[in-house]
Amino acid sequence: MGTTMNLSMLLEMAADADGDRIAVGTRRDGLTYRELLELSRRYGSQIGRLDAQALAYLDLNSPTCIALLFGCSYAGVPFAPINYRWTDQQVGRALERLAPVAVVAGADFTARVESSDSVSLLDLTTPDTAADEAVAARSEHSPAVLLFTSGTSGDPKAAVLRSSNLVPYVVSTVEFFNAGPEEAILVSVPPYHIASVSSALTSVYSGRRIVQLPAFDPESWVDLAAEEAITHAMVVPTMLGRILDVLERRGQRLDALRHLSYGGGRMPVETVERALALLPGVDLVNAYGLTETSSTIAVLGPEDHRIAAASNDPSVRARLGSVGRPIPSIELEVRSDDGAALPAGAAGEVWVRGEQVSGEYLSHSAVGEDGWYPTRDHGHLDADGYLFLHGRADDVIVRGGENIAPAEIEDCLRSHEAVADVAVVGVPDAEWGERVEAVVVLAAGKAAGSEELQELVRVTLRSTRVPAQIHYRDALPYNEIGKLLRREVRTELAALLEGVTA
Amino acid sequence: MKTGAKMRSAVCSTEVMVIRAGNGDITLCCGGAPMLAPDESTEGLGAPAAGFDAGTVLGKRYIDTESGVEVLCVKPGAGSVSADDRPLELSVPKALPSSD
Repeated sequence: MGTTMNLSMLLEMAADADGDRIAVGTRRDGLTYRELLELSRRYGSQIGRLDAQALAYLDLNSPTCIALLFGCSYAGVPFAPINYRWTDQQVGRALERLAPVAVVAGADFTARVESSDSVSLLDLTTPDTAADEAVAARSEHSPAVLLFTSGTSGDPKAAVLRSSNLVPYVVSTVEFFNAGPEEAILVSVPPYHIASVSSALTSVYSGRRIVQLPAFDPESWVDLAAEEAITHAMVVPTMLGRILDVLERRGQRLDALRHLSYGGGRMPVETVERALALLPGVDLVNAYGLTETSSTIAVLGPEDHRIAAASNDPSVRARLGSVGRPIPSIELEVRSDDGAALPAGAAGEVWVRGEQVSGEYLSHSAVGEDGWYPTRDHGHLDADGYLFLHGRADDVIVRGGENIAPAEIEDCLRSHEAVADVAVVGVPDAEWGERVEAVVVLAAGKAAGSEELQELVRVTLRSTRVPAQIHYRDALPYNEIGKLLRREVRTELAALLEGVTA
Repeated sequence: MKTGAKMRSAVCSTEVMVIRAGNGDITLCCGGAPMLAPDESTEGLGAPAAGFDAGTVLGKRYIDTESGVEVLCVKPGAGSVSADDRPLELSVPKALPSSD
């Protein structure tokens, strides 16, 4: 036994509470908590004998991935899931950052790993001759998990999460073994996403069976949810819209489903309202969190959703578009650019503090000595403490000294029936520093001219918010987990501008 | 006593993890006897003293409001946890909706 907290402790507690309960997989042939513990210990002893500073995982969701997360904890070696959608070159660069590194790659991915002196493939199927040796963690202080952040705004950074962040997150937000034996969560986010790591930990600690979709697809999601009597699920915004499309088209209900959490990006209020209508018995939870905060730091709970949806008070109804209130173990402030805490209603950068907040990267730490971490998210709190996000601080448009959040203009334009999707960005402007421009995707068979859309923004918001130009495109660039690649939009429009002035 | 430290009972199978160290000016006991670091040896098992034998429950949190010390039971046992001779109380945190 280690002398301090580590991730494997969470699994040992679950195995002690009910070793025969299914931890991960189907009701028929899933792994029990005892089996998952044995597998994790075996992997831990294999990993512990390698000369590796990290264990990289390059594959789809699988029970192996969860056993490796805990196995790495036994070995005292950080677990580093890699984005399998990256190019070979990006994968190679990430592995170099982690070297010396051992890589567990799925059959479809082994060819993508270039072995070298410091990058080696680990075959888990090789019989482990020393499996019965006691596992001794190399270091209780090495990071537990390394995650490359999605990099919509630049080169991916490797975020460092320690047991001292993850364990307090789990034990302060989840009551141990509070799940009934029938409960099952469907995990469809990829293994390199923070929600995949946090759902593995919180599900094991709460005793809730994990069912994994190897890779997301809305038809398979609905099929698997029905087949495995899924009670809980977590989705990102683009997934929810597509799941609702399938349910609507099939006229299907998911009778076992009772709890659906969403997060990882801005959810259109229309989608939330559709979910409330199509899944009337389901508790909806909006969770806001970052990789660097070990997942959730604010939640909009089921009651919040119902009250907001049923209210005639515009300020209460607006909460459907909020991310709820900070969880009790998190301190949260909205601050101005000079660092002063702002009152309710004023917009600024969101700062957080708490044990679960890492804010640490392989290269540096972004946490101040006082423990506060700037999220780079821009938003405001309402009078009752509900947090509204306006977008990334880096995406705020500064027009003639005025800060303009793209989100409010996008929401306004999206309310037009002809607008299917929209991105608002700032482009360099000689007079204003930056000016507002919009890229619009029209709904099939619908039309809306620039002047009409500009007028809509003028009357709904104000003249400074009106896009100087509206561009029309067939689609907007998104990454694979549904985050708008705003930087690409900005780059395209800036290039367009250079073409004009040249 | 540090946050994240593990301690075990000298007289039963109880093991706890310190969630909050509080002001730290107390001796954490189980079954009436001071708790030990995981690698500290014992002189063989005694038995929990009367008044400190209500037992610990796996996964429950116990708190001493006076010093602020809070522990999580990671292995249950027959002894109960106290700050010196002041029994810790069961802590029931506000339930949060599952979000992952």
